[in-house]
Amino acid sequence: MAGLSTDAAVAAFREEGGRVVAALIRLTGDWDLAEEAVQEAFARALERWPRDGVPAKPAAWLTTTARNHALTRLRRSSLESAKLREVATLGAPEEDVDPSGVPDDRLRLMFTCCHPALPLDGRVALTLRTLAGLTTAEIARAFLVSESAMAQRLVRTRRKIRDAGIPYRVPPAHLLPERLSGVLGVLYLLFNEGYAATAGDSPSRHDLCVEAIRLSRTLAALMPGEPEVEGLLALMLLQHSRRAARMDADGELVTLEDQDRSSWNRPEIDEGVALLDVALRRGVAGPYQLQAAIAACHATAPTAAETDWPQIAALYGELARRVPSPVVELNRAVAVAMAEGPSAGLALVDLAAESGKLAGYHLLPATRADLLRRLGRRGEAAAAYREALALAGTEADRRFLSRRLAEISDAD
Amino acid sequence: MKYLLLICGESYEAPEGSDDDSVEKTIAWAEDLDKRGIRLVGNRLADAATTLRARDGEVLVSDGPFTETKEQILGFDLLECADLDEAIEAASKHPWLPHGSIEIRPVWPV
Repeated sequence: MAGLSTDAAVAAFREEGGRVVAALIRLTGDWDLAEEAVQEAFARALERWPRDGVPAKPAAWLTTTARNHALTRLRRSSLESAKLREVATLGAPEEDVDPSGVPDDRLRLMFTCCHPALPLDGRVALTLRTLAGLTTAEIARAFLVSESAMAQRLVRTRRKIRDAGIPYRVPPAHLLPERLSGVLGVLYLLFNEGYAATAGDSPSRHDLCVEAIRLSRTLAALMPGEPEVEGLLALMLLQHSRRAARMDADGELVTLEDQDRSSWNRPEIDEGVALLDVALRRGVAGPYQLQAAIAACHATAPTAAETDWPQIAALYGELARRVPSPVVELNRAVAVAMAEGPSAGLALVDLAAESGKLAGYHLLPATRADLLRRLGRRGEAAAAYREALALAGTEADRRFLSRRLAEISDAD
Repeated sequence: MKYLLLICGESYEAPEGSDDDSVEKTIAWAEDLDKRGIRLVGNRLADAATTLRARDGEVLVSDGPFTETKEQILGFDLLECADLDEAIEAASKHPWLPHGSIEIRPVWPV
């Protein structure tokens, strides 16, 4: 019983959390207070629902509880009475007339959050934090920065909102395009977090992937003819098609090379490839289309050995030219290793490492380890596997690396 | 909130080939904002900048704008708006915008 009501609280928070935060932001005009109040309401739900039962309208309960908490806090800090009255008199916030035409509440809130006067990184990070409920640690990992650096970035972004007087208002339809890049970034990272959860026992959070795909579909219908929207949806579908093959019966990660390709989801691959074709024919390539093209190379190779690695390496090269990033360089290194041999790849890995931007990223030593292993340099490979083990965030990653480490140690 | 619009560009002259009625258009723009009651003050700045610096306790006076770039501040408008979106909406209609840029700075609240 207690378990069920805890589940109900978690589900309500996941379903409605973003909306409740948005309501509180509109009510108080204070992002920090809104977020704190909603966390507090969630904590109370976890405490009370098991005892008193799940309320008939969980979202309304959360909103009211959060509002009361915000009210108490405002009283304590004796802020101006006008704001206090406003918060005190408003019940559940009424839905304003929607000027955006965005048919999904959550997507509309994302467009609202992604104000173009905020720096792109900050806008994406704040939206993930406020609406998608990702933790600062998870967002920090997605951006490859430390948790404290990400916390700072969120503080600076909220400060700009306050100091520049940026309103939390649903944008009219004609202003949606300038917010698209931010929203695409949010959906992309939401999917990634679901596809390869960066922390915890479970290597994936399937619900996040499904939600990211659903929202991308809605977006594609709302803004037809936007090649990067189509590219992003294609990318997600192609990645998602492999979900059944990514883990074996024991929950261990299976590398792309060793996956059972017959268990890949054909309809998703077909849809992804078709969508990508449509997008590419529009003649305006972009980072999401390029990544989808790479995913399509994998998805359409009948066997691992038949993968078109030179093409993948070239696509990563093009991606690196458009969005220079050490992570892209690392992936290019892997593709080059497959196309030209492990030593060519290793040289590129070391080049990517020199930037210093990958410090703390477990896939850097893990990739080095794999290439060293294939070159027969077992001692160095073992050291690199140990380094990767110390950095890996999920149990599944650690088990995979331990297994590889044991294999090369046994070979002696 | 008060917002200062800094109208920036390389020169006061409209680029060749464009209609040189930017003065009339700017006056119309300002009058429109005045009617809406959101423009407090504003004007074009004369091209005669003097820059002060203090180094080692000495005030140095020099000719010209302080910016190193070619862009300089050509004019300013002080607005009183509900929020940044209103300021952006007002500034986006400034006739000079196609020739330069407009920086919107919130005035430090007192």
